[in-house]
Amino acid sequence: MVQLTLPKNSRMTSGKTWPKPEGATNLKEFHIYRWNPDDGKNPSVDTYFVDLDDCGPMILDAIIKIKNEIDPTLTFRRSCREGICGSCAMNIDGINTLACTYGMAEVKGVVKIYPLPHMPVIKDLIPDLTHFYAQHASIKPWLETHTSAPAKEWKQSIEDRSKLDGLYECIMCACCSTSCPSYWWNGDRYLGPAALLHAYRWIIDSRDEGTGERLDDLEDPFKLYRCHTIMNCAKTCPKGLNPALAISQIKKLMVERTV
Amino acid sequence: MAFLTDRKRAMGLGSAKSGTAHFWAMKVSSVALLVLIPLFVFTFGAALGGTYEEVIAYYQRPFPAIVAALTILVAFKHFNDGVQTLLEDYVHGLSQRIAIIVMTLISYGAAAVGIFAIARLAL
Repeated sequence: MVQLTLPKNSRMTSGKTWPKPEGATNLKEFHIYRWNPDDGKNPSVDTYFVDLDDCGPMILDAIIKIKNEIDPTLTFRRSCREGICGSCAMNIDGINTLACTYGMAEVKGVVKIYPLPHMPVIKDLIPDLTHFYAQHASIKPWLETHTSAPAKEWKQSIEDRSKLDGLYECIMCACCSTSCPSYWWNGDRYLGPAALLHAYRWIIDSRDEGTGERLDDLEDPFKLYRCHTIMNCAKTCPKGLNPALAISQIKKLMVERTV
Repeated sequence: MAFLTDRKRAMGLGSAKSGTAHFWAMKVSSVALLVLIPLFVFTFGAALGGTYEEVIAYYQRPFPAIVAALTILVAFKHFNDGVQTLLEDYVHGLSQRIAIIVMTLISYGAAAVGIFAIARLAL
């Protein structure tokens, strides 16, 4: 049965309140999830205060400032700081999004930051995405062909190329999959919105010759059909993509080749 | 368990190569119910409040009886398929299989009772 309560060792405790920066007048309060695998304690929520007059406008600017100036033990992933690498995906103010593209001004009051939901936590804001990446790899995210490779290139018309728009932009940040209740309850078998969006990206690629095998591999009550189109994925996607639409297109193709 | 590669864990037992039939059946029964439910509501509503003899006479006509029988049959098939999806979502392991069997028995049992009742009225 689905577990609706947190296991004993995951229950939240109240954490430390860090001192306010001296002389600052424009303060923003941050509640940030903390968990350290090495100290044997339950996770807690620490409180930090950031001087907005001396900080960049994005959430990522604030947590980098916290790490640099207040608490160097705060752990999170970040890299490109412009929404293209997907490293800083986390749950901010109840929404899975990228810390680097989410503005501080978008959050009223206290900023609450947690790791992506329902994933094993490695430390603080870092979820374990091993299975998520392996599922992506399992859909064979590359061009599959049987015809021998042309001397120059696989040609594609402008119209066929435009079918990949809204799909190729996915950066695998995992915001969508970790916002999906079906992925929470059946993530071991359900591929989740991100992997299915990528699967569709290769299914409709006019150059790909593995369409049938791709559909065969997806036709499964759990791998594909756990999607019930509640559209959390589309709502939360920080890149504005629509994985739910991609999944229903796959289902449509499944019906098309059956009925 | 500890030495499975991530890829093997992600592949699991592979694709069941099924699920589309269930998905399509849900769509078909949904569309059927879209037509049947209003018909059932209006025919059932017409008989509502009548005396025993009036209701018997009404349901001896083919149209109301066939609409009622079809509604019950399709609705319980739809219910059964829907609940199966629900159980697959939330219940796992052996209890999932037991729950699916029990719900299937209840669905088809209820459909049989309904159709028997209509047959008694109609015939």
